[in-house]
Amino acid sequence: MISQEKILERLFVYLGRIAPASTPIHPDVDLIQELGLDSIKVMDLLMELEDEFDLSIPLNVLTDVRTPAQLAEAVVTLMEPANGTVR
Amino acid sequence: MALFDKFAKLAQDRAALIQTELHPFGTRIDEIYSPTEGRIGSQRVVLAGTNNYLGLTLDPDSIKAAQQALAEEGTGTTGSRMANGSYGSHMALESELADFFGRRSVIVFSTGYQANLGVIGTLAGPDDIVLLDADSHASIYDACRMGGAQVIRFRHNDAADLERRMRRLGEQAKDALIIVEGIYSMLGDQAPLREIADIKRRLGGYLLVDEAHSVGVLGQHGRGLAEELGVEDDVDVVLGTFSKSLGAIGGFAASQHPEFDLLRYASRPYIFTASPSPSSVASVRAALRALRARPELRTRLWENAHQLYSGLAGLGYQVGPQASPVVPVVLGSPQQGMAFWLGLIERGVYVNLVLPPATPNGQALVRCSVSAAHTSAQIDHIIGAFAELAITSREAAVNS
Ligand SMILES: Cc1ncc(COP(=O)(O)O)c(C=O)c1O
Repeated sequence: MISQEKILERLFVYLGRIAPASTPIHPDVDLIQELGLDSIKVMDLLMELEDEFDLSIPLNVLTDVRTPAQLAEAVVTLMEPANGTVR
Repeated sequence: MALFDKFAKLAQDRAALIQTELHPFGTRIDEIYSPTEGRIGSQRVVLAGTNNYLGLTLDPDSIKAAQQALAEEGTGTTGSRMANGSYGSHMALESELADFFGRRSVIVFSTGYQANLGVIGTLAGPDDIVLLDADSHASIYDACRMGGAQVIRFRHNDAADLERRMRRLGEQAKDALIIVEGIYSMLGDQAPLREIADIKRRLGGYLLVDEAHSVGVLGQHGRGLAEELGVEDDVDVVLGTFSKSLGAIGGFAASQHPEFDLLRYASRPYIFTASPSPSSVASVRAALRALRARPELRTRLWENAHQLYSGLAGLGYQVGPQASPVVPVVLGSPQQGMAFWLGLIERGVYVNLVLPPATPNGQALVRCSVSAAHTSAQIDHIIGAFAELAITSREAAVNS
């Protein structure tokens, strides 16, 4: 089982590469409003997580996601019913 | 927050970027002289920012057919095909397209955007999985959202990446809908459809190809990329538009599946909008006849495409990954892109400016598109304008 912390850790590495150096990255930073990511970059973030953890993460999880913490939580929730499959 | 407050950032970005009355995001083309020439303000320009691939917008046969339909059937249908009825010409167009694509069913929609909404958004619901190319057109993304499908993106034109993602889905891959485009509208590159068809044969799934930019452009008969690569039998749904090579407005989807016609009773973007107007349908039918009868248009288009692609590459510009009627040129920052676009207008060339996030790697690009109606001299004129601007920007770099 992949933990929320593990996902956050990966997210931070990836965000460190694409976000402006001036904005501190933390679990509750707003990906779009504060880090200035556009919608494509946020979707790319999911792709990175999919490959890192060998998972299918549909774009639909992004509906209620604003921050890295929310994204990590959404991914963990997704994994609960059946590891690595959609629904 | 007030309703319009959300546009504050947009307004700010717009003000920072747009400082001239003439700009690329709302250009007024004052006069059209031909499919490839027009006037913007006081400047006569070669039009290289259209999707008029076969140059049929002013084709005499299409115009005559449209005028006749206008006179006989009127300016509009005033309603939906479901509620208010289809005209004979809607049905005729559908059967002519079915014949052209060699498929049992064709449904005509009011635009290509609606064809995507109406097909993808209806076929793929919350229990279905869609695998789409990351660079898919907005209408495809919007369609997925409308239907509520589970959407998995794969890396642009990367068949191995698609396969990896399908394998991850296990058994579920068998029912997934794979969506790609024949020619991508911004970079002009083509989907690796042979490889994708092969994956589908091995792992299952359904395949939809949006041939918006490739109908009339690719394939021996102009049926698009699937014909070009000999994989038409692997494609479950061909989708397209009348707004590009066919020179009018409207869209369609074609399929061999016996249940496909049932979409007419389930697809909201088909039902809850007015049907295409008689003149538009008539001109599309004439344009389709031209597309079939005049393969030399396609030959001319590709001669022009190669001339522009190699001309711009020869000047040292970073062009798209392959020769295509769409030739993108990467330019750097949005500000550099704006200045370059204006420079081209001053030199009598109209193209499209595309900014991130619609472009890869955060760079601005100008999207040039060619038509079968361009003369070789017009293509040279476009290349000449780029050559002058290359010299100007090199001088600016030296002086700064
Ligand atoms: C790939 C793709 N699909 C669909 C469309 C929509 O077509 P239409 O202009 O008919 O709405 C376009 C064009 O904008 C397109 O590029």
